[in-house]
Amino acid sequence: MAKLHVSTTINGEPMEFLCEHSDTMLDALRGPLGLTGSKEGCASGDCGACSITIDDRLICSCLMLAAEAEGHEIRTIEGMAHGEKLHPLQQKFLEMAALQCGICTSGMLVASDALLRKNPRPSEEEVRFWLAGNLCRCTGYDKIVRAVLETAAEMQEQGLKEFCQ
Amino acid sequence: MNVVTNNKWIGQRTIRPDGVDKVTGRAAFAADTNMPGMIWGKVLRSPHPHARIKSIDTSKAEALPGVKAVVTARDIVDFPVDKSVMLGIQDMRWMCRNVMAREKALFPGHPIAAVAATSEAIAAKACELIEVDYEVLPWAIEIDDAIKPDAPILHESLKFEGKPSNIAGRLEVKKGDVAEGFKQAEVVVERTFTTRPVHQGYIEPHACLVSVAADNKTTIWSSSQGQFMVRAMTAYLTGFPQSDIRAIPAEIGGGFGGKTIVYLEPLATLLAKKSGRPVKMVMTREEVMRATGPTSGSKSTVKIGAKKDGTIVAAQGTFYLQAGALPGSPIRGAVGCSFSPYDIPHVLSVGFDVLSNRSKVAAYRAPGAPIGAYAVECVLDELAEALKMDPLELRLKNAAKQGTKAAHGPVFPRIGYIETLEAAKAHPHYTAPLGKLQGRGVASGFWFNAGGESSAQVNITEDGNVVVTTGHPDIGGSRAAIANICAELLGIDYRRVSVLIGDTATVGFSNLTGGSRVLFASAMVVTQSTDKIIATLKERAAKIWEIDPEAVKWENGAAHPASPNAGEFPPLTLAELAAKAPAMGGPIGAGVQLNTEGAEGGFGTHICDVEVDTELGIVRVIRYTAVQDVGRAVHPSYVEGQMQGGVAQGIGWALNEEYIYRKDGKVDNPGFLDYRMPVCSDLPMLDTVMVEVPNPKHPQGVKGVGEVPLVPVMAAVANAVHNALGKRFYALPMSPPKVLEELEG
Repeated sequence: MAKLHVSTTINGEPMEFLCEHSDTMLDALRGPLGLTGSKEGCASGDCGACSITIDDRLICSCLMLAAEAEGHEIRTIEGMAHGEKLHPLQQKFLEMAALQCGICTSGMLVASDALLRKNPRPSEEEVRFWLAGNLCRCTGYDKIVRAVLETAAEMQEQGLKEFCQ
Repeated sequence: MNVVTNNKWIGQRTIRPDGVDKVTGRAAFAADTNMPGMIWGKVLRSPHPHARIKSIDTSKAEALPGVKAVVTARDIVDFPVDKSVMLGIQDMRWMCRNVMAREKALFPGHPIAAVAATSEAIAAKACELIEVDYEVLPWAIEIDDAIKPDAPILHESLKFEGKPSNIAGRLEVKKGDVAEGFKQAEVVVERTFTTRPVHQGYIEPHACLVSVAADNKTTIWSSSQGQFMVRAMTAYLTGFPQSDIRAIPAEIGGGFGGKTIVYLEPLATLLAKKSGRPVKMVMTREEVMRATGPTSGSKSTVKIGAKKDGTIVAAQGTFYLQAGALPGSPIRGAVGCSFSPYDIPHVLSVGFDVLSNRSKVAAYRAPGAPIGAYAVECVLDELAEALKMDPLELRLKNAAKQGTKAAHGPVFPRIGYIETLEAAKAHPHYTAPLGKLQGRGVASGFWFNAGGESSAQVNITEDGNVVVTTGHPDIGGSRAAIANICAELLGIDYRRVSVLIGDTATVGFSNLTGGSRVLFASAMVVTQSTDKIIATLKERAAKIWEIDPEAVKWENGAAHPASPNAGEFPPLTLAELAAKAPAMGGPIGAGVQLNTEGAEGGFGTHICDVEVDTELGIVRVIRYTAVQDVGRAVHPSYVEGQMQGGVAQGIGWALNEEYIYRKDGKVDNPGFLDYRMPVCSDLPMLDTVMVEVPNPKHPQGVKGVGEVPLVPVMAAVANAVHNALGKRFYALPMSPPKVLEELEG
């Protein structure tokens, strides 16, 4: 069977790629699109290391067919910083050591960003349940949860609108 | 607490050198590298727990269009079973049989053959076309089934007490006369415990990319806990000389001990050699769960006797640990660590290495020690109850200290165990009120820690900045700590120090990242290298000033006259001296290679609160405080991170994680949905207390910190569950069905 041609928007840029019918969005990102920031930890939607957003909805890209990206807007970890300026969540993860090995970090950041867009001042419990689909084996989640809560507090104080569009 | 306070960078929460790459998705992990012309490798795995391999026919697979190479055990170097060939703690006669089944398939998931093809799909299809004639044999999964008299024997050549046996080894640690000791005891508690195998659970599956040139010059990109281990094991198993193999360490997405051996690299090397194409192999999560090492399941009996005043007089432990299908369970950790926190005159600790038809175990954070500590620390809790003593008081009364001869042999130097007990006792957590169905438990733990080989090269750039190269994969922030140390010694901003992990061709031999050794060992070689550089810088300043090098001091990133007597000169900065380097003897840099010694053991004491949902059987950890003697917290955030991560893994081990086996001998839950590791909503904040008793044998006082925090957890949780329910559990995990069974029974 011939490959499918897909036109989509990735991190604000119009993109085209070819894929097999059975390829997942994660396959397309890591393969033809060369965006390896999204990681494959399980390929079954259980670990969240491949978290992306499609039209602002948080999903595991291993559970989405690549062909479904046609006409939609995809955001990945590679689109999170604005040039040299890190997103406040990225900066806070660094300052608060909210990562150890870093394999879950892309997914954690994409998921945390999706949370703060929906709920700019989450409680600790809300952060914990929102991130329950993102496995981390290194940190015990403590510093991740603290970094998300502190970013939320700072973003609200400083009104960092540029990252909330 | 003995905290050094006059440091500028040591002890600071600096930004890690690899941080920006990791928060932006740029960091390259094992599966993130591709090469032109690259093809894909896949492994055919045994469906049977135990089967003789009568023949393998690969002809149909080889004929499939797109297939470029097939390898089987015939292509792997054979190490006969009757002769041990050790590489570190790994025996190559077992390792060659682990990467590819030879005479027999020994567990479901055991590699039988590997294929390389132009796509993953073709490689998978080719695996299906390989015809294997198996003679299915009876199997044993659990310890009791493997050691009973008529058990199916995995390796006929292995004998115990003169007969073929699944007991592959025995280890004993002895102090005093335990029988005599128990005669003096007024209270004795003896209990038997079981634990299940649990997986390290790294989120990054094993992966590698290997390119072999026509002259056999080989490059391996893979994530592991040691690029030199990858080079050596691949060399042994393929027959290539080590000098032909360059192993490049990718960023590693978690290891916890599980990436201290190879699985894919030798197969990919042979496939690349045969096909003449670079070969990439990536395990699925299911392959990780079925075929890579968990830690042992266990059965332990521990007996401890004390006087009525709480003085422990004798202790005995028997630990059966599962090795999986090939010998090598971590009995040393169970036998050697369990009683070491205590000053006990009479100790007998015996371990057995038990084979069964499971995947071969691999190291997991303080290998063996958490299994032993679970049994010992639960028995101590019962002993405290019987003696009507506070459990921390019982530990304080018997705590090992400087001069104590540990059960496993050494005499302790200055150690910080008592400090951890006192800090736990004084912590507000210990006396906070508890609600209904809530309980509190405490437990302690010990890990040997390790030194060993380490190499570093420190170079001053022409513009006066610093590049440090070490040979240990950074698994949890070691580059950040090394930057702090180097900046401290040179008196410059830590952002001027780049820290890189070299490959096997660019840095000297460095042993594995494991055993809590990396910062201990690499700080030593980086310190000595930097000291050499400072000596050079002082000599050069002395030459410029025409004074004696002894009359120069190095401070705040510059050479200064040591005293007014030396003369008055404006300071010469690192940048100024670097600029003058070509005219003054050449580039400034130094490397040091050492077999480091003086790693001292580490101790921790944990407090855990749980709440039990008696309707659903769910045990929830609602508060946790880990106290640990960390030596010197060079980068406190990553020390806390090690403690919190260890605690989270221990909570999973205690409450949920286990391999569930089907009747056909296969694992029924080889994925993250059913193998239930703690998720974010399962845990509370994990509080840490870092007690700093510097290691007197280390330039910065460093002690290993990574392993200790897993050791006490299972007992702390179990003791808390007892405190909440008044019932004791003697088996892990304390998962909802088992809690309900206990409550209803």
